[in-house]
Amino acid sequence: MSGSAALAWSVVVPLAGALASLLAPPAWRTWLALPLIALTGLASIVLLAAVLTGGPVTHALGGWAAPLGIALVADGLAAGMAMLTVVVAAPCALYAAVYLRGHSEASGYFWPLLWFLWAALNGIWFAADVFNLYVGLELLGLAAVGLVALRGSAEALAAAMRYLLAALLGSLAYLLGVALLYGSYGTLALDGLAAHAAPQATTQVALALMALGLALKTALFPLHGWLPPAHGGALTPVSALLSALVVKASFYILLRLWLALGPALGPATAATLLGLLGSAAVFWGSWMAWRQRRLKQLVAYSTVAQLGYLFLFFPLATGVPEAAARLAWDGTVLALVSHALAKAAMFLAAGNLILAAGSDRISDLAGMSRFRALSLLSFGLAGVSLMGLPPSGGFAAKWLLLQSALASGRWGWIAVLVLGGLASAAYVFKVFRRSFREGPLRDRFHAAPPALELAALALALASVGLGLVAWAPLAAMRAGTVFGGG
Amino acid sequence: MNGAMLFPWVGIVLCAMGLFAFIVHRHLLRRLLAFNVMGSGTFLVLVGLAQDGRGVDPVPQALVLTGIVVAVASTALALVIFRRWYRVSGHARLPEDV
Amino acid sequence: MIRVALAAAACTTFAFALAVALLERPVPAVDLPAAVAGTLGASGVEHPITAVLLNFRSYDTLLEIAVLLLAVVVALALHEAQPDSPDRMGLDNPLLRAVIGALVPLMLLTAGYLLWAGATRPGGAFQAGAVLAAAGVSLRLAGVALPGFEPPRLWHAGLALGLAVFLAVGTGALLAEGGFLAYPTGWAGALILAIELALTLSIGLTLLSLYRLAPPNADDPNAAVDGSARDGRHGSEPVATGRGGAASSDEDEQIGMGGDSPSRPDASAPP
Repeated sequence: MSGSAALAWSVVVPLAGALASLLAPPAWRTWLALPLIALTGLASIVLLAAVLTGGPVTHALGGWAAPLGIALVADGLAAGMAMLTVVVAAPCALYAAVYLRGHSEASGYFWPLLWFLWAALNGIWFAADVFNLYVGLELLGLAAVGLVALRGSAEALAAAMRYLLAALLGSLAYLLGVALLYGSYGTLALDGLAAHAAPQATTQVALALMALGLALKTALFPLHGWLPPAHGGALTPVSALLSALVVKASFYILLRLWLALGPALGPATAATLLGLLGSAAVFWGSWMAWRQRRLKQLVAYSTVAQLGYLFLFFPLATGVPEAAARLAWDGTVLALVSHALAKAAMFLAAGNLILAAGSDRISDLAGMSRFRALSLLSFGLAGVSLMGLPPSGGFAAKWLLLQSALASGRWGWIAVLVLGGLASAAYVFKVFRRSFREGPLRDRFHAAPPALELAALALALASVGLGLVAWAPLAAMRAGTVFGGG
Repeated sequence: MNGAMLFPWVGIVLCAMGLFAFIVHRHLLRRLLAFNVMGSGTFLVLVGLAQDGRGVDPVPQALVLTGIVVAVASTALALVIFRRWYRVSGHARLPEDV
Repeated sequence: MIRVALAAAACTTFAFALAVALLERPVPAVDLPAAVAGTLGASGVEHPITAVLLNFRSYDTLLEIAVLLLAVVVALALHEAQPDSPDRMGLDNPLLRAVIGALVPLMLLTAGYLLWAGATRPGGAFQAGAVLAAAGVSLRLAGVALPGFEPPRLWHAGLALGLAVFLAVGTGALLAEGGFLAYPTGWAGALILAIELALTLSIGLTLLSLYRLAPPNADDPNAAVDGSARDGRHGSEPVATGRGGAASSDEDEQIGMGGDSPSRPDASAPP
C-alpha cells in the first residue's frame, strides 16, 4: 500500500465500516469493529510513515487534479491527526463494546454512527478543498448529533436538537464564506486560494463568516451554550469521542484556513479577538465547571475551558518573530493532542465513577477513594494533564505557549496561561475532595468491568506520558507545514 | 451590474431575513424554516456570484445540488428529532425557551 | 423586545458586511468553467453539471450520499429507542385513491425519464429519487401498504444500496491502481449510469423512510385522541419531563404553528 493509496483507504475503510455495521446482524456489529479498527490503523500508520519519509502525500480523487477535481492531501499535521483519531477512538470503541452491552437495542446503531463519524474526521483531516470541507463538516455534525440523540430520552433529544441547530447555523455561515471565496477567486482548492487571495474586503468578510461558523462549531465562548448538555448528557463513550475529537475538527479547519490564508489576510485585531474570547472561555468554562453538581457536566464545561487555550494560538502567532510563532504552533498542536487524550480519559473515567456510584452527582462520590481507586487514578492522571502539571502533555504544551509569549513579550497571555491552570485545578480538586471524604452511608460500590478501567487508564497514561516524548509527535506534525523548516 | 447579480443580492436579503427569524423565534419548526430560508439565500449567492460576467458556470450549480441534498437530509433529521422531542415532552420549543 | 432589537442589529450588520463583500468582489483569476468545458469529452456524460457531480467532484457526491444515509440511520435508531404506536396513516377516500392510481404510474415514468435525461440535460439521480419518494408518500397518504419495509434487513439494504455501489465502484478503481473514484477509460458513462440508478432507488427509499420514521400523529401528546388510539405499547410516553400535555393551553406549543388544532389538557394521562 503506497502512501497515496493509504490516504484514500483511510476514508474508504470507515465508510465501508458504516455500511457493513448497518447491514450486519446486531450481534456482529461489535465484533466488526476489530478488523475495521485494525485496517484504519494500518492505513494511518502507512500514511504517517510515508509523510515522514517522503513529505506531503497527495491523492487526486477521480484522477482529476485540483482545481477541477478534489485532492486529498496529507502533511504531518493531517497524518498526525489521523493517528490521534485511531489512538483515541480505539479505546473508546473498546469501552463502548463493553459499556453498551447493558443498553437497549437502539445502542446497536452506535457502530454505524461511529464509523460515519470516523470517515468524516479522516475526510476533514485530509481535505484540501473548502467545499469538500463543508460536506465533511455536515457529515461530522450529523453523526455527532445522532450519537447524542442515541439515548432517546427527552434530555438527549433536547440536547441533540440544540446541537443540530448550532451545527446547521455554523455550517451555513461557513458555506456563505465559501460562496464568497468562489465568487472572488474561481477556485475551491485551498492552495489555489492561498496563491490568489488578496487582502481586500470580500475575502475578509468571507473569512470572518467562516471563522464565525467554525467558532460556533468549536463552542468558543460565548457560542458554547450547546456543548455542555450535548457532551455531558451523551452515552459515556460518545462524550469522550465528541470532546476529544469532534470539536477539534472545526478548530483544525480554522487552523488550516489560517495557515493557507491567514498570515497575509487576517488583521491582527481578529487574532487578538479570537485570543480574548479564548481567554474568556478558559475562565468562564472553569468557573462553570466548578459550579456543576453532576460529574459529566463538570467534565463538559472543562472542555469549554480547555478549548479556549487553543485559540491563544492566533494572537501568539500573529505579527511576532518567527521563533515565537513556531513555539506557539508547537504549543497549540501539543495542547490539542494532549487535551484529546486527557479529555477522552477523563470522560471514560467519569463514566466508570458514575457506574460505580450508581449516580452522576458529585456529592455521591463520597468514599469512592477507598473502593474504586483505579477509576479515580485515571481521572486524576487526566486531571494532571488538564491542570498542566509536569510531566504531562498539558504541562509541555503550556510551557511552549509560555515561552512563545515570553519570546514575543506578550505578557497578557502569560497571565491567562498561569491563572487558567489554577482555575482547572479548582474543579479537578473539587471532585477529589468529595471522593476522599469518608462516606457515612455506604461501603460498597459497583465494580466497573476491567475493560472499562483499562480503556480509561490507557488514555490517561498516554496523556501524562505525552509530556516525556512530546518531541516525537511535534516533529511529525510540523512536517510539511509552514513551520516545518529548522 | 448585470442580471446575474440580482441573485446574490436577493440571496443576501434572504440570508438576513432567515437569520433574523432564526434568532427571534423560539418555536423549533419556525427556526427550521428560517434555517431553510437562509440556506436558499446562501445557494443564490453561491450560484449568482460566480456567474456574474462569466456566463454559465456548472461548478457552483453542482455544488448547490450537493448543498440542497445535505440541507434536505439535515432538515429531515431535525424534523425527526423535533417530533420525537415533542412526543416525549409535549413542547415545541427547547427546554430553556419554554 | 431586547432579543428583537439584538437580532435586528445583528442582521443589519450581517447584511451590510455581505453587501460590502458583493460590491468589492475581485474578478476571479481561475476559470473553472473553461476547464470543465475542456475536459467534458473525457467525463463520460454530456451534461456539464452531471459531469461535475459524478465525475470531477464525485467525492463530494459520495459524502453527500453518506450524509443522506446517516440521517436515516439516526432516524432508525430513534425509532428503535422510542417504539411508535401502530401506523394508522392513510385517508380512506375513494377519490384520492382513484387519482393516485392514475398519478403514480406517471410519477414512476417521470422518475425514469429524469434519471435517463441526467446524462444530457437537466435531471439526474436526486431529482428522480425525489419524484420516487413523492410517489411513495402519496401512496402512503392513500393508505396503501408499501412493500420494501419488511423484512427490515431488506429495507436497510435498499437504503445502503446507493452508497454501497458508489463506494464499490470507487474502491474498484483504487484497487486497479488508478485513483479512488477514477473510472477506467471508456467505462465512465456506463459506471455513472449504474451509480445513478442505485442512487435513485436509495434516495427515493431514504426520503420516504425519513417521512415514515417520524412518530405518527396518534402519538401526538397534545392532540385530541381517544384512549383506543394510544394502546399500551408505549408506556414510557410523556412521563420523561412530567409535563406531558399540560402546556397545550399555550397555542404556540402545538406542533403546527397555527395553533388551531383541538387540544385536550390531560392527554398525558396514562393509557
